[in-house]
Amino acid sequence: MSLDAKIPGGQLADKWTTYKNNVKLVNPSNKRKLEIIVVGTGLAGASAAATLGELGYKVKVFCFQDSPRRAHSIAAQGGINAAKNYKNDGDSVYRLFYDTIKGGDFRAREANVHRLAEVSVNIIDQCVAQGVPFAREYGGLLDNRSFGGAQVSRTFYARGQTGQQLLIGAYQALERQVGLGNVQQFSRHEMLDIVNIDGKARGIIARDLVTGKLERHFGHAVLLCTGGYGNVFYLSTNAMGSNVTAAWKAYKRGAYFGNPCYTQIHPTCIPVSGDYQSKLTLMSESLRNDGRVWVPKSKEDAQAIREGRKKPTDIAEEDRDYYLERKYPSYGNLAPRDISSRAAKEACDDGRGVGESGLAVYLDFADAIKRLGKHVIEERYGNLFEMYAHITAEDPYTVPMRIYPAVHYTMGGLWVDYDLMTTVPGLYALGEANFSDHGANRLGASALMQGLADGYFVIPYTIGAYLSGEIFTKAIPTDHPAFEEAEKHVQDTLNTLLSIQGNKSVDQYHKELGKIMWDYCGMARTAEGLLKARDMVRKLRAEFWQNVRVTGKADELNQDLEKAMRVADFLELGELMIVDAYERNESCGGHFRVEYQEEGEAKRNDDQYAYVAAWEFRGIDNDPVMHKEELKYETVKLATRSYK
Amino acid sequence: MNVKLRVWRQRNAQEQGKLVDYAINDVSPNMSFLEMIDVLNESLVAKGEAPIAFDHDCREGICGMCSMYINGRAHGPQKLSTTCQLYMRNFSDGETITIEPFRAKGFPVLRDLVVDRSAFDRIIAAGGFISASTGQAQDANAIPIAKAQADMAMDAAACIGCGACVAACKNASAMLFVSAKVSHLALLPQGDPERKRRALAMVAQMDAEGFGSCTNTYACEAECPKGISVANIARLNREYLNAAIASEEMPK
Ligand SMILES: Cc1cc2nc3c(=O)[nH]c(=O)nc-3n(C[C@H](O)[C@H](O)[C@H](O)COP(=O)(O)OP(=O)(O)OC[C@H]3O[C@@H](n4cnc5c(N)ncnc54)[C@H](O)[C@@H]3O)c2cc1C
Ligand code: SF4
Ligand code: FES
Repeated sequence: MSLDAKIPGGQLADKWTTYKNNVKLVNPSNKRKLEIIVVGTGLAGASAAATLGELGYKVKVFCFQDSPRRAHSIAAQGGINAAKNYKNDGDSVYRLFYDTIKGGDFRAREANVHRLAEVSVNIIDQCVAQGVPFAREYGGLLDNRSFGGAQVSRTFYARGQTGQQLLIGAYQALERQVGLGNVQQFSRHEMLDIVNIDGKARGIIARDLVTGKLERHFGHAVLLCTGGYGNVFYLSTNAMGSNVTAAWKAYKRGAYFGNPCYTQIHPTCIPVSGDYQSKLTLMSESLRNDGRVWVPKSKEDAQAIREGRKKPTDIAEEDRDYYLERKYPSYGNLAPRDISSRAAKEACDDGRGVGESGLAVYLDFADAIKRLGKHVIEERYGNLFEMYAHITAEDPYTVPMRIYPAVHYTMGGLWVDYDLMTTVPGLYALGEANFSDHGANRLGASALMQGLADGYFVIPYTIGAYLSGEIFTKAIPTDHPAFEEAEKHVQDTLNTLLSIQGNKSVDQYHKELGKIMWDYCGMARTAEGLLKARDMVRKLRAEFWQNVRVTGKADELNQDLEKAMRVADFLELGELMIVDAYERNESCGGHFRVEYQEEGEAKRNDDQYAYVAAWEFRGIDNDPVMHKEELKYETVKLATRSYK
Repeated sequence: MNVKLRVWRQRNAQEQGKLVDYAINDVSPNMSFLEMIDVLNESLVAKGEAPIAFDHDCREGICGMCSMYINGRAHGPQKLSTTCQLYMRNFSDGETITIEPFRAKGFPVLRDLVVDRSAFDRIIAAGGFISASTGQAQDANAIPIAKAQADMAMDAAACIGCGACVAACKNASAMLFVSAKVSHLALLPQGDPERKRRALAMVAQMDAEGFGSCTNTYACEAECPKGISVANIARLNREYLNAAIASEEMPK
């Protein structure tokens, strides 16, 4: 099958308007007959389900948490971008578009990103109307800050809880539709398979996590808004339950997976402290506005610190290496995430890391406190400092913070066209679950924007293009053989997992997989390492199916079984990520191949690799097949990203 | 350090539950409370026993999913903290720690420490929103809102919906949760048109879910991980009274 991204014609800036003017509409009486399944209630899913309910479609919405309000979008701290130009500092839709394309290292689709920048302004309006309490200035108007190295202030925020407030806004809109009877809510439900009939997505199999019962649900269309798969690394800033299962089942049922290897490693997280560690905590990037990153110049000093013989404050100014300021004088501590993360890894690999494990660098506020006073720093970052102190039992006002990069976001995901439809007709992917807008590296404050853009302003239009052709399709009864087959398939998998009764726990496998992925498919990748890792993952997966121990039964609340199902999918995804990383013989954004660099910087290869790699499943023991979507840049000129 | 645990075990909503004793050794003070439970669960799985079921997700104190009642206190001994933000350094070597689920009529136990808090969703669905369908919004800066007012709304909006207030209250009242939502929306001009309807509908749903009434003991505020103030309850009472009077005066 050839990949058609269905990008509308015309000038970049007019494409979306032209599209909206011409897309087929579904009349209100027909909307009531059309059923839509939305899996996921994060920013993407909640906003989509609420809006589609408002429009009059019959919607069913699913999440695995006990309430839609707990989706992982809730944890986003920093903010959301929008090209409002309220600060009059030269921002525009074009600039937000350009920054996002450049930030993504020229590996995203122009038309999608431009649309994203266009609707960004509507998002802020919508959120304020719902009562999202964004930060305000004394004059009562909305405040903005600059974020993630942007040269304009376009980030809207609600204290350090922007994701929470945006999600609660979308959640309340969703609950309103639930109350009105337009949306049916299924919490503590996990989608475990997609049902295709005659080549179109027609429903899902979901497990009620309280009773363990498998359920069949029909939909004229299915929307996957199921978040990112960073937990394939075991340790990440994602929530414990974040997983790839929904996207993975879709992949195995014919949806192509786009750019699986593009992973974002965030530079400012609290380092690992022991092997019991279950997750990593992000320290907002905004800290880099005032903190200075350094390690000792000499290995001896670093070792002395690791062994507790010296304290950071014992290291004289001239013996410190403020490596970001040294290497990237014009951006300094604000260099983009991928670059900062790699620089931290290099310093630690060089034997100059600090902390007990040597896998940490300092983020030091001493200068800022001297310059601005402690109260200013407290006002800006008080809650973050408190959280840090809470976790580490150290006081960041007097001792520099220790930070280290951690897996944070996955740019890869299900391949979608301009309509957000996957390669399976009627199956859509929104939010972090799709691959679309961030290329090889996502800029700060742009995931929240994308999730809400997809859900509030894109899908309500683009789904009409498909559903207008479905108005004569009657709801398909769920005793159809395709539902039966899918349910049986899920039931068999559950039974198999419970019957193995081996010697190792699910978590042990997850940890081992995470270590392989981090070591070989993390911040620095080599062809040799990737080959080795692929083999290791395959062996581990084979062992898992021989030797995992899952307790309990299928027909009860069984968290061990839930985890096993997710880890089983991670064990397959890991291999695909490795294959993708191996095939991409260049360095771009979050994908750094050691063989392809110039003076220590990532070296892209636009002639051969300016494409999206969309992978097709061909059976778990066969190699997946890559389809290329060539990225055509009609407006932007490809340039080397330089932050020096 | 070594600790002893007494943990509530209950197979499902129908069966009776009981406290079961466990010992766990070599606990690092830098472990989070939930990581300590993870370690215990690994040892249970190794023995082929069912691990302890408990709700958790973000482990950053923001999703509101974790919900343990530790040594007689919702979210444990530390103020302004969720269970997931609690570290073992808050406990002493050799201590016996009792862990139970959040208990309330409105929160039936599903298994072990997992309870059903869907009543909170239904209270929000009854009126905890501003009716502004997608596309109906005007420019975000069209209505200036005084910073102090917006900050107060944000204070109330910080509620994570965990239900600790209910678990801490001897009447199992949900007033702090409901009042936080009513306050958040009533403090903003956008929320004004629906404020009366909202207060009446949310309180009616709260009563229907079987939550008790408020007798001003303020246990809720003391245990709330997000520092939601009981001043919100006073505001809810005013909102409710005004709305009730207005609804009596309204033509039927
Ligand atoms: C700590 C942290 C901080 C961040 N800060 C920022 C920031 O400041 N700015 C920014 O722009 N971005 C930020 N991000 C990124 C951003 O938060 C996420 O990319 C975004 O919120 C993802 O939204 P989503 O709707 O796609 O998915 P999620 O919010 O992850 O929601 C996924 C949903 O899918 C459901 N689900 C998943 N699988 C299944 C299944 N099989 N069956 C049923 N339901 C399922 C879940 O229950 C959930 O409801 C941050 C991310 C993290 C981890
Ligand atoms: S008011 Fe506090 S204790 Fe009650 S649900 Fe909200 S955050 Fe939890
Ligand atoms: S696990 Fe999210 S608040 Fe505790």
